[in-house]
Amino acid sequence: MIRLLCCILAALVAAVPLVIQPALAQQGPLRIEITEGVIEPLPFAVPGFVPDNTAATDYGKQLSQVIAADLSGTGLFREIPASAFISPITDFAAPVKYADWKAINAQALIAGAVTVSGSKLTVRFRVYDVFSGAELGNGLQFTGNTDGWRRMAHKVADAVYSRITGEGGYFDSRVAFVSEAGPKNDRRKRLAIMDYDGANVQYLSDSSTIVLAPRFSPTGDRLLYTSYETGFPRIYVLDVGKVKRRALDNTEGTMSFAPRFAPDGKTVVFSLAQGGNTDLYTMGVSSGKRTRLTSAPSIETAPSFSPDGRQIVFESDRSGSQQLYIMPTGGGEARRISFGKGRYGTPVWSPRGDLIAFTKQSKGRFHIGVMRLDGSQERLLTASFLDEGPTWAPNGRVIMFTRETQGASGRASLYSVDITGRNLRPVRTPDGASDPSWSPLQQ
Amino acid sequence: MSIFGKILTIGALLAVTACTNATKYDNAGAGGAGGAGVSGSASDPTSAAFFQQSIGDRVLFVVDQSSLTDQSRSVLQGQAEWLLTNTDYSAIIEGHADEQGTREYNLGLGEKRANAVREFLVSRGVAGNRLKVVSYGKERPIEICSDESCYAKNRRAVTVLSGGLTG
Repeated sequence: MIRLLCCILAALVAAVPLVIQPALAQQGPLRIEITEGVIEPLPFAVPGFVPDNTAATDYGKQLSQVIAADLSGTGLFREIPASAFISPITDFAAPVKYADWKAINAQALIAGAVTVSGSKLTVRFRVYDVFSGAELGNGLQFTGNTDGWRRMAHKVADAVYSRITGEGGYFDSRVAFVSEAGPKNDRRKRLAIMDYDGANVQYLSDSSTIVLAPRFSPTGDRLLYTSYETGFPRIYVLDVGKVKRRALDNTEGTMSFAPRFAPDGKTVVFSLAQGGNTDLYTMGVSSGKRTRLTSAPSIETAPSFSPDGRQIVFESDRSGSQQLYIMPTGGGEARRISFGKGRYGTPVWSPRGDLIAFTKQSKGRFHIGVMRLDGSQERLLTASFLDEGPTWAPNGRVIMFTRETQGASGRASLYSVDITGRNLRPVRTPDGASDPSWSPLQQ
Repeated sequence: MSIFGKILTIGALLAVTACTNATKYDNAGAGGAGGAGVSGSASDPTSAAFFQQSIGDRVLFVVDQSSLTDQSRSVLQGQAEWLLTNTDYSAIIEGHADEQGTREYNLGLGEKRANAVREFLVSRGVAGNRLKVVSYGKERPIEICSDESCYAKNRRAVTVLSGGLTG
């Protein structure tokens, strides 16, 4: 595990007020309100980080490239290419020539320096509000191993994103998913994990059996998933670091699937099918003690806890078609929250607690959407032949999901979209991919 | 890596590419696609091949339904009679769904379909301990187009035999 040390460069900066003074130019303070929907991305410049020694030269360039890709990838920011720069930054300590950055309309400037000492990499950076002519927040420093340089770039980008949007970041995170190869009638599936941007793919199982729907623990150290390794679908828990797994439920004559952790990481909610009926249960991860939550003759599945652990949203076809319901964590009366035309499935509670993401089927099309907890303000973010299985970014502002194309050569891949429905983007994976699960921000 | 080891014998049932692993289950798991690999000759009425080709090893379902049609009941009546005669065999009933549905729901739906078949066979006198059910949801289509012509064949429950004297 990479440990990133982070400290404020207090000695190097005079106290900079966090409140941005109104700019003299027509622009206001450097601020993006994500929920208002950004039409015009904010232009920024991130010159190559200044290498303090020769060993750091390549890292300096690569760090700024990853930071730029993170920010541009949100759709909220637009990178100004280095070819437009008037005064390249060659000394991290020298005063910033605001006029030169203003002239090329760089509203935000990210300047940094990098030092390599043996296998240790130290990154320092500052963010400037060019039009206010002031630094935005304090300088920061991260230290880690050189092989963790991408994480340090993501940490810098998270800090920049946070300072400008006022939201938590999501770049220093991972995605667990199912890697898919082969044609539709001979699909081979493997559990895999990667950085949120598709880098550093690692496989966690071979393709000898079907694996489905990995789900991160609240601390990102374990995954729940479903595997057919006994011949029947059963839920497993896997230690990501050690790549060790064990079956959570192995009851003869039943199938278990659709597991998810409670926010405390000690309880799992899942579906158990037996005798033609699928119901929801919780189970203690250590104790194995099982509690039945539903007993309707319909299909109850795809459960997801609220962030406070007190409620569970799930899908049920008890009304005659798939709809979304919320019930207390201990079971009991459920209230239906989806009432639009079509079928609603795979609900996932936002980490912020404010929205439910879901899959909707309507008129032969699939959509990823979001709604409030009472079902109001339903908003469909995507439409295609087959979109399903949303997962939330740690900051609750972006959703990743599976999109499968139509026909005999149909292929599954991952996409992301923000909750305003803008910035639909494919996520790079080596092969086909499905069932993404977004981790919390890494520690 | 430890996770790669320890695949139980029955795991071969799922590894459709691992047919070199010659267990008595080795045609199973592909959703009963085609007749290749089923033990025995189709002309032998006690063989799994006969069951598959002459009795009929599968029934189909209407969209999003798990109820048996009259045609399905007739096929299953034949399966029940055959199983009552050929008592050396056990069966795993595989339930499947087409791709028009979410993954978890289709697992539940496939289980309902497989269970509907199991309940019918048990009602005709086949011992329950000879019949297991498994759902593959939409994970194992046999037809790959995205039209109703393919979907109709994918919405199926297949009775896959195991055991038997010719195993």
